[in-house]
Amino acid sequence: MKHTISVLLQNKPGVLSRVTGLFSGRGFNIESLSVAQTLEPDVSCLTLVTSGEDTIIEQITKQLHKLIDVIKVTDMCEHDNVEREMALIRVKAEAHTRAEVLRIVDIFRGKVIDVGPKSYVVELTGKASKLQAVIDILRPIGIQEIVRSGTIAMTRAPKS
Amino acid sequence: MKLTGAQAFLKCLEEHGVEVIFGYPGGALIDVYDELMKNDKIHHVLTRHEQAAVHAADAYGRIKGEVGVALVTSGPGATNAVTGIASAYMDSIPLVVFTGQVPTKLIGNDAFQEVDIVGITRPITKHNYLVKNAEELVPIIREAFHLAKTGRPGPVLVDLPKDVLATRIGYPELKPISMRTYKPTYEPHPGQIEKACKAMLKAKKPVIYAGGGVILSDSNEELTELARRLDIPVTMTLMGLGGFPGTDHLSMGMLGMHGTYFANMAVANCDLLIAVGARFDDRVTGRVDAFAPHAEIIHIDIDPSSISKNVRVDIPIVADCKHALDAINAWFGRSKDFNADDCMEKNRPWHEQIREWKNKHPLGYVEETDIIKPQFVIQKLNELTGGDAIITTEVGQHQMWTAQFYHFNKPRQFATSGGLGVMGYGFPAAIGAQMAAPDKVVIDIAGDGSIQMNIQELATCRQEKLPVKVAILNNGYLGMVRQWQELFYNKQYSSTVMEVAPDFVKVAEAYGAVGLRATKPSEVEPVIREALKINNTVFMDFVIAREEGVYPMVPAGKATTEMLLV
Repeated sequence: MKHTISVLLQNKPGVLSRVTGLFSGRGFNIESLSVAQTLEPDVSCLTLVTSGEDTIIEQITKQLHKLIDVIKVTDMCEHDNVEREMALIRVKAEAHTRAEVLRIVDIFRGKVIDVGPKSYVVELTGKASKLQAVIDILRPIGIQEIVRSGTIAMTRAPKS
Repeated sequence: MKLTGAQAFLKCLEEHGVEVIFGYPGGALIDVYDELMKNDKIHHVLTRHEQAAVHAADAYGRIKGEVGVALVTSGPGATNAVTGIASAYMDSIPLVVFTGQVPTKLIGNDAFQEVDIVGITRPITKHNYLVKNAEELVPIIREAFHLAKTGRPGPVLVDLPKDVLATRIGYPELKPISMRTYKPTYEPHPGQIEKACKAMLKAKKPVIYAGGGVILSDSNEELTELARRLDIPVTMTLMGLGGFPGTDHLSMGMLGMHGTYFANMAVANCDLLIAVGARFDDRVTGRVDAFAPHAEIIHIDIDPSSISKNVRVDIPIVADCKHALDAINAWFGRSKDFNADDCMEKNRPWHEQIREWKNKHPLGYVEETDIIKPQFVIQKLNELTGGDAIITTEVGQHQMWTAQFYHFNKPRQFATSGGLGVMGYGFPAAIGAQMAAPDKVVIDIAGDGSIQMNIQELATCRQEKLPVKVAILNNGYLGMVRQWQELFYNKQYSSTVMEVAPDFVKVAEAYGAVGLRATKPSEVEPVIREALKINNTVFMDFVIAREEGVYPMVPAGKATTEMLLV
């Protein structure tokens, strides 16, 4: 099963390689990864998606926690949360397909952020499943290039 | 007053009570060595290889119960230290290793003797640091010592660029260390203690499985109290030997691949397994699903990631072993449900069963009159040192025979490379041990293969005038691998025959040490007696039965009940 794990880290050189080294050294899998500064400039948030049985995920979270530079590890699957990915898609946009591409982008609440004579660059955010849906629909029109970010996630506010 | 980085470095070591360091100089460290010459508080032991410096520091720390310190130069000095660091990491040994580094401006330039040692040692250290500016030097060293000795101990590496050691800095005041991200759990959860105690109260076939954590946390007395009060048989891992008296009637010796028949049978049949500071290593468990299959498992460990890593645990207790055992002993001290006589009565059939197993297959070997059996040598060493020597070993058959036939009654009496299994550990470790305990008899029990991996340390022994004794069990083979080849590879002794070997007596003599040899069983005792009398480094070359095997043996991947016996 897929798990999104959020890790708060000291923002120091070499910290990312401690995390990725742990995954490669212990044979754990990283499907996607995203890191950036948080509100505190000396703290980074790293979000990674991994998969494995519960015992593997338990080891992953424990081993992450054991790293000296790690402040907090949260398995987002144990919480109600929102997850997003971003994709930039260069899609063919010639005279007869421009309108259709725009319509599709509009339906999925994406944006065209670069316009060329024969292509658009489309910006999309959403869950992985939504991005996949857009990619599937745009593919027959002609996708030239895709760049996707890793997943980022945040827990939802408590209900009461 | 401002100090250079090198001066501040030594001052900071003094602040941590460091009296002995093991090392090897080089260009990047000249500033430190220059200051060391003027320092009369810190004694530097010049080993003849950086790997030996780290092993010696490791054993010094183990025997003394302190943090060992090694100092090696940049580049090859640092890479030579890697095996020592990895071994200390696997065995959770508190150690701080300082490496020289090229000046900060040259880092990343492929400078002469530059290597990214922080990158290389990331997976084999508890933590590591590159000191980028001199102001950080002292705080980093303090953190390094703190990390090495607290929580689950381990090696910490600090990389020291040459310019940092030459820069003048103010020496920062000592402040309590507080690390936002590092707060090991020492105190056990009272609810878990209660659960564990209740499980112990009702168990009819309990076993204590004690590991290196007992020794690291100095909780041998607490463990002994628990075992004796509840009348529970104890088995130990290689790292746990000495954590419970080996000659006690409750001791079943070591378990696992070369453990005793009765210890493995007891674990396989117990209804409660109490793991204390042990990590369910594959050499202990054999086939995991057949390990203690009928038992409820209690696991005390300070490292949460050790719990349920290999074997599912029913009652985890994340805590320092000493604190947890204290809490358990206190619980039984005040429990109204506990009665010592009832407990003995309840366990009686279990002890009878274990005695039956023990009588059926005791630890033993076939004695011979004209050929020296290695087990006999170790029994004699045990006898003639009163079981009181500090023993180190290399890795292989001799290591397992030592674990089986030397009876360790005290903690911090035995140093061996358990997890990584480093041939070449024992001799430098004996140097570290002798530095830690100058008045004790220190014996490295070695094989003819492994002694050659760090044999150059004879020079260190001589320079420091250390009366270290080395017992070489010489069978002309890399015996453990040969044993596997004999049993599982049709006796194809591929590269395990030591066709050329030095004359160990002459090698010792070439260094100004003493060499003795025994080729017959009747010569064993006189050789040991003579060696123990000599106030010099002694090599004892015991020419032993060439193809003796270590038994019992659990073939890799088999259940621990599927033992090959003598």
